[in-house]
Amino acid sequence: MAKVDALVGWRNLEIGCAITEPGSSRKLKTGDWRSQRPVTDRDKCIKCGMCWIYCPDIVYSPTKSGYFKWDGNYCKGCGICARECPKDAITMVMEGE
Amino acid sequence: MMDAALKDFKRFTPKTLPKMEAIAQGHRACQGCGEVLALRMALKAIGKNMIVASATGCMEIITSPYPQTAWQVPWIHVAFENAAAVASGIEAARKVLMRKRRIPRQRTTIVAMAGDGGTADIGLQALSGALERGHDFVYICLDNEAYMNTGIQRSSCTPYGAMTTTSPPGKMSIGQHTWKKNVPAIAAAHGIPYVATASPAYYTDLMNKAKKAAMIKGPAYLHLYSPCPTGWRHAGDLAIEISRLAVKTKVFPLYEVVDGRYILTRKIKKPKPVKEYLKLQGRFRHLDEETIEEIQQRVDREYEALVRKAALAEAE
Amino acid sequence: MPKRVGMEVSLAASEAACAADADLIAAYPITPQTHIVEHLSELVADGKLDAEFVPVESEHSAISVCVGSSAAGARTFTATSSQGLALMHEILFIAPALRTPIVMVVANRALSGPISIWNDHSDIMAERDVGWIQTFAENGQEVFDLVIHAFKVAEDPEVLLPIMVNLDGFTLSHVVEPIEILSASEVSQYLKPYKPQMVLDPKKPVTMGPVGMPEVYTEARWQIESLLRGSKKVVVRAWKEFSKHYGRTYKPIETYRTRGADVILITMGSVTETAMTAVDGMREKGIKVGLVRFRLWRPFPIEELKRAVTGVKVLAVMDRAISYGGQGGPVFTEVRSALYGQSGQLQVFGFVAGLGGRDITAAMFEQMVKKAIRYAKKGKGPLYELMGVRER
Repeated sequence: MAKVDALVGWRNLEIGCAITEPGSSRKLKTGDWRSQRPVTDRDKCIKCGMCWIYCPDIVYSPTKSGYFKWDGNYCKGCGICARECPKDAITMVMEGE
Repeated sequence: MMDAALKDFKRFTPKTLPKMEAIAQGHRACQGCGEVLALRMALKAIGKNMIVASATGCMEIITSPYPQTAWQVPWIHVAFENAAAVASGIEAARKVLMRKRRIPRQRTTIVAMAGDGGTADIGLQALSGALERGHDFVYICLDNEAYMNTGIQRSSCTPYGAMTTTSPPGKMSIGQHTWKKNVPAIAAAHGIPYVATASPAYYTDLMNKAKKAAMIKGPAYLHLYSPCPTGWRHAGDLAIEISRLAVKTKVFPLYEVVDGRYILTRKIKKPKPVKEYLKLQGRFRHLDEETIEEIQQRVDREYEALVRKAALAEAE
Repeated sequence: MPKRVGMEVSLAASEAACAADADLIAAYPITPQTHIVEHLSELVADGKLDAEFVPVESEHSAISVCVGSSAAGARTFTATSSQGLALMHEILFIAPALRTPIVMVVANRALSGPISIWNDHSDIMAERDVGWIQTFAENGQEVFDLVIHAFKVAEDPEVLLPIMVNLDGFTLSHVVEPIEILSASEVSQYLKPYKPQMVLDPKKPVTMGPVGMPEVYTEARWQIESLLRGSKKVVVRAWKEFSKHYGRTYKPIETYRTRGADVILITMGSVTETAMTAVDGMREKGIKVGLVRFRLWRPFPIEELKRAVTGVKVLAVMDRAISYGGQGGPVFTEVRSALYGQSGQLQVFGFVAGLGGRDITAAMFEQMVKKAIRYAKKGKGPLYELMGVRER
């Protein structure tokens, strides 16, 4: 797993060990957990957004074209998007294939 | 009272879902986690003007290992059993600080969140206290039906028959031998304005309920069905399918309790057999036909009781 | 001019929170703390204090509400005793870790079992290591003043740690004393509005209380330890400033007739007044005895203690709590440990007295001193001694 440096001296810790950078978890690329990845066939895609709303890892994001962009940095490859796609436009393929 | 608060309520549709995310990518939930998904949906609906008090549990641990946080809204974790009390403190503090003009007057949704253990077991007293005192906050119970964070031990929300590491099936045991505690009914018994159950499979329903819970003044309780592939021993892509089946088999009915009146938000006219739901999950694999039939009967009975409550409210 | 009125000491504690313009009070009733929160709820009900009074369902929630409130930027007060303090135990560690400057009054009471509502220090001594600043009052005026002082110190940006102000249950909390009650405007000269440094605010999202991975846990704990130790100078500075404003002077350690003393009695809390009477009596009989009292207990005032006992040969340390299976009462073991290796022939003896409301008399103090002198002559004494315990 991506390891991001936590080696901070006590004087440099924020008050109460707080984290002041919202959403800094993006530094952790959880995509390397994945063994399979989803591939969308845009000919079949109806831009319904099921992949986006049903993704636990917030991997899909809406774009101007109406399609949803996949982000391999964070996708853990669970396959919910493929299973829930109403048009079977998404298939899971083994990484490296 | 309800109607006034919801004057400006607009239902979400698949086309009007907010883009805002309270939780960022890079969180460490297991592959296919239904709990973080249910949480994501609820918080999207509430919007960014919120403060979250979290109990100890999966969601706390996957979002906040120092030095990174997945949170994009203000968030505090204190301990396991006290999310409702911490949220009470935040709510009351902001109330007095606004009155004393020390912070700008603005309605911020105070959210307390906990798992089923943090809600139904160790946190029940703090929850009851906060509901009874009438704080203006939303309590979200993310029910994955066991203590997943510590390694799948049974809670009082674990369903009958389920295998957990502390309710193992054996020669003398069918697995969990008690029936799931009805926490929404306990919450409703406090006479609070809003209680609802919701499932991530029915995302607009879930988000509409979360939005209502935030808009209503006073305590609101949301009980969110949260599939756990790791603890329930199901395939990583099945969280939504299982959520859907839980509703269609009447195992997890969707309803609201608005000012004490029960409303079924999804009536199940042609229910699927409970067996279809059970068979997808390794935690029920050991159950024999007799036990499955026992579960089926109990599910039917409980659903009928719910239907009667809703009919009674409708007749009023 | 501030007025001096006859007032029950519990009410003076509440009046202090009121004069400090506390924003939120969360408390659960427990004897002998009850009069404090009852009076606060009255002050709020009568509009004399603009605060939220949160009547929680347990002490665990009381302290949890306080942590939430303080993290949201409110000046926060609570009070408890005994079992209530013990129930808070888990969260007591977390309040300093989150740097929430809560002020709590503890009306000290024995811990169960057997259940006892009467006074000793077993409740607070079980919470020595939780990371709070801890002070002990001797009389009603001191209770009022220490509460005001507590807000000043806790909220100092150099500190931002919670404080417990201890007063003896019943023997101090329920007595009526003449007390100078400062008004809110008088207090505001000394105590400025609380400016939170880390606050839950949707405009600037922060994550408070993240998971402390092994890479950071040590540093996080050391932050608290360093700040708590460093807080002593702020504690003393705030007392000096208090003296300038209101004329009453406080120090971490009080001494009484210690000049030329061979033996020193060490006490805490309200029994000190009885101990002073005992010292006077013994001095008349020619025993060269003096008295040292801890006002500040955490951070432990090591230098002040060393200075106070310089040249003394024998110490008789009184505890009001047993440390089961340990090496004597907590005050005794800490004093002895602080003075270990001190030059000279200093000998330290421990006595436990006044458990669960048992009276401590001047005669008992005299006994402790005489025993300590005797043990010192012999060069050894018992591990520690429980005063007045019946064997049969």
